[in-house]
Amino acid sequence: MSFFNVKALAVATATSAAALFSTAAEAVEIEYWQYFFDARVQAMETLIENFQEANPDITVKMTHFPYADYRTKVAAAIPAGEGPDVVQLFYGWLNDYVAADLIQPLPADVFPASKIDEEFFPMVQAMKDGDAYWALPTAVRSLALFYNERLLEEAGVEPPTTLDEMIAAAKAMTKRDGAGNLTQVGMTAGMTAQDHHWWREGLIRQFGGEPYVDDYQTVNYNNKAGLEALNFYASLFSGDDAVSAIGFMDEPQAAFKAGRAGLHIDGSFRIGSLNNTRGLKWGVTELPATADGTRSNYSSYWVNAITTKAEGEKYDAAVKFMEYVTSDEAMQVWLDVVGELPAKPSVGLTDANSNDPVFGPFIKGLAYAHTTKFANESGQRQLMVEMVERMTLQGMSAEDSLAIAAEAEQKILDEYYNSASN
Amino acid sequence: MYRNLTIRQKQIVWAWAFLAIPILFYTVIRFYPTGNAILISFQDWNLLGDRTWTGFDNYQKLFADPVFWKVFKNTFVYLLIGTPVSLIISFVIAYHLDQVRFMHGFLRMLYFLPFMTSAVAMAWVWRWFYQPVPVGLFNNALASIGIPQFPFLQSTTWALPSVLAPAVWAGLGFQVIIFMAGLRAIPRSYYEAARIDGVSWWTVLWEITLPLLKPTIVFIVVFSSIGFLRIFDHVFNMTTNNPGGPLNSTKPLVLMIYETAFSAFDMGYAAAQTVVLFLVLLVVSLIQLRILRDS
Repeated sequence: MSFFNVKALAVATATSAAALFSTAAEAVEIEYWQYFFDARVQAMETLIENFQEANPDITVKMTHFPYADYRTKVAAAIPAGEGPDVVQLFYGWLNDYVAADLIQPLPADVFPASKIDEEFFPMVQAMKDGDAYWALPTAVRSLALFYNERLLEEAGVEPPTTLDEMIAAAKAMTKRDGAGNLTQVGMTAGMTAQDHHWWREGLIRQFGGEPYVDDYQTVNYNNKAGLEALNFYASLFSGDDAVSAIGFMDEPQAAFKAGRAGLHIDGSFRIGSLNNTRGLKWGVTELPATADGTRSNYSSYWVNAITTKAEGEKYDAAVKFMEYVTSDEAMQVWLDVVGELPAKPSVGLTDANSNDPVFGPFIKGLAYAHTTKFANESGQRQLMVEMVERMTLQGMSAEDSLAIAAEAEQKILDEYYNSASN
Repeated sequence: MYRNLTIRQKQIVWAWAFLAIPILFYTVIRFYPTGNAILISFQDWNLLGDRTWTGFDNYQKLFADPVFWKVFKNTFVYLLIGTPVSLIISFVIAYHLDQVRFMHGFLRMLYFLPFMTSAVAMAWVWRWFYQPVPVGLFNNALASIGIPQFPFLQSTTWALPSVLAPAVWAGLGFQVIIFMAGLRAIPRSYYEAARIDGVSWWTVLWEITLPLLKPTIVFIVVFSSIGFLRIFDHVFNMTTNNPGGPLNSTKPLVLMIYETAFSAFDMGYAAAQTVVLFLVLLVVSLIQLRILRDS
């Protein structure tokens, strides 16, 4: 390449760079960050496209990371003035993000607390501080009871609606070989999956208790209700007539997918992978009620928030974007693409959605769902896992094991709420 | 100024110029993070907020934590079972393989293959081997001949050996190759002299082979000890849903550090555990070098 060519190229580059900057000056560009999960990224792409069409002066750039790096990158980028203007976070991380000054409250004129209280499902109020909301979800998740249609038919039972029916149906579907080894379970069990949520927010409340008090800062299950809930749960996999076994086929959802489990409690996020399982005919129904009709469910969600980095026109653009991603339209897109449930009853409880054979049971569950405020979700789940293991592996009584778990969980909560940075 | 130097001095300048690159690399990539980790171990930090100074709180918490002592014990069980077992098995294999001529290269390749396999893939395959019926290979075999199932990973007693077994197997290939290189390095003439003198097979092994293999043994012991003290991938992948379980019976120190740092986000506490692991590794390595070197 001759000298002149190089010069020409340099001029061309400079011109195109200038052109790039001039368009950037007209449109505000804001950044959006979320962790990588294929369906979520796809849904967000659709939302961004729609949003940009309606707001041609704003462009939204989405960046996504593997879940494992997410927190570290957000923490490093925002204080440095880099990174997202709108960020997605797990509801349980809110306290940490607020304390670290990473996010700012949503403006009260656009997101008045009274209106949000009214429009969203009540568990979203965990994101409220005084008169301002810190963050809002597009979608929420809840639990329901999946069932294998073929196994139900074979055993001649109907999808259960109460806990007693559930046990009876599970018994009818349990199979053993000649030596008494389980070859098919009536129901999956394992605190490692979603059962710890079912036990905490479902069973304990159904047996008349309240798992935590003081805004989830005090453990409150080391009592009669907690013990009854634990005994009921343990009855699934103990004794000669057990309908389940911990660790059967490695993981509960694996057993269900393989068609070796009749019933399985899981979240709405499992729908996609069950749909992709060939040869599995499944259905889903609400979590079973007690004999007197008491129901309870667990719900969790991811929220979006505006970071402290967003200022001036970027802040205004970020507010507009937040308005859009919490709109009815965005929620319907999220339900259709990701399979997560709308965060507003006005969208979720439409006839079409709540009568949907797949989404319906989850959406109905939202009406009586509770959201645990975790200090360390995996740590607190681990305690439930160990509570059961002490009973199954070491023969400890339910009372003693429950007391140990309650004490250990209280310790995690105390440490979290008393630590200097919170 | 450079011009006035003697050739020898110029050589020194150049030597330092080249050495500066690895030194710089080590300072930035190794020493700075190490120093920082030690600093964080005296602080409270959740990865998001400010770091606050807490003095020896993290260490006090650590020494009062029963899980830490359980995990500390597990780590040494991995070391104390894993190292001698893998040393003996790999020596026996190398000793015999060294005398085999038929398909020697092929056999050596077979032993080396697990070492090249991804630990993650291997751990998952073994995890499925260990499952109860109807999926587990071992338990299906037991059940088919009428023997009760064995709770490989579902027992606080047997889970650790079950996790350790594939880890030992995976490391064998490497140790076998090192042992064979060591065996080949022993001069044939010693063995010929021994044969002429008519000494027994045992004496040859005990008086010639093993003493002359000492440098090899030192290397393998130190190397595999560090490996077992840092065991993580096998444990984590074989127990992902309940990491280090059941009831912490398979949890090694590195897994505890990982959980404290990246699921509890308690970086200060995790750093304190890291410092303890660092000291353990240092002490164990120094003791081994000393014991095995002089005599």
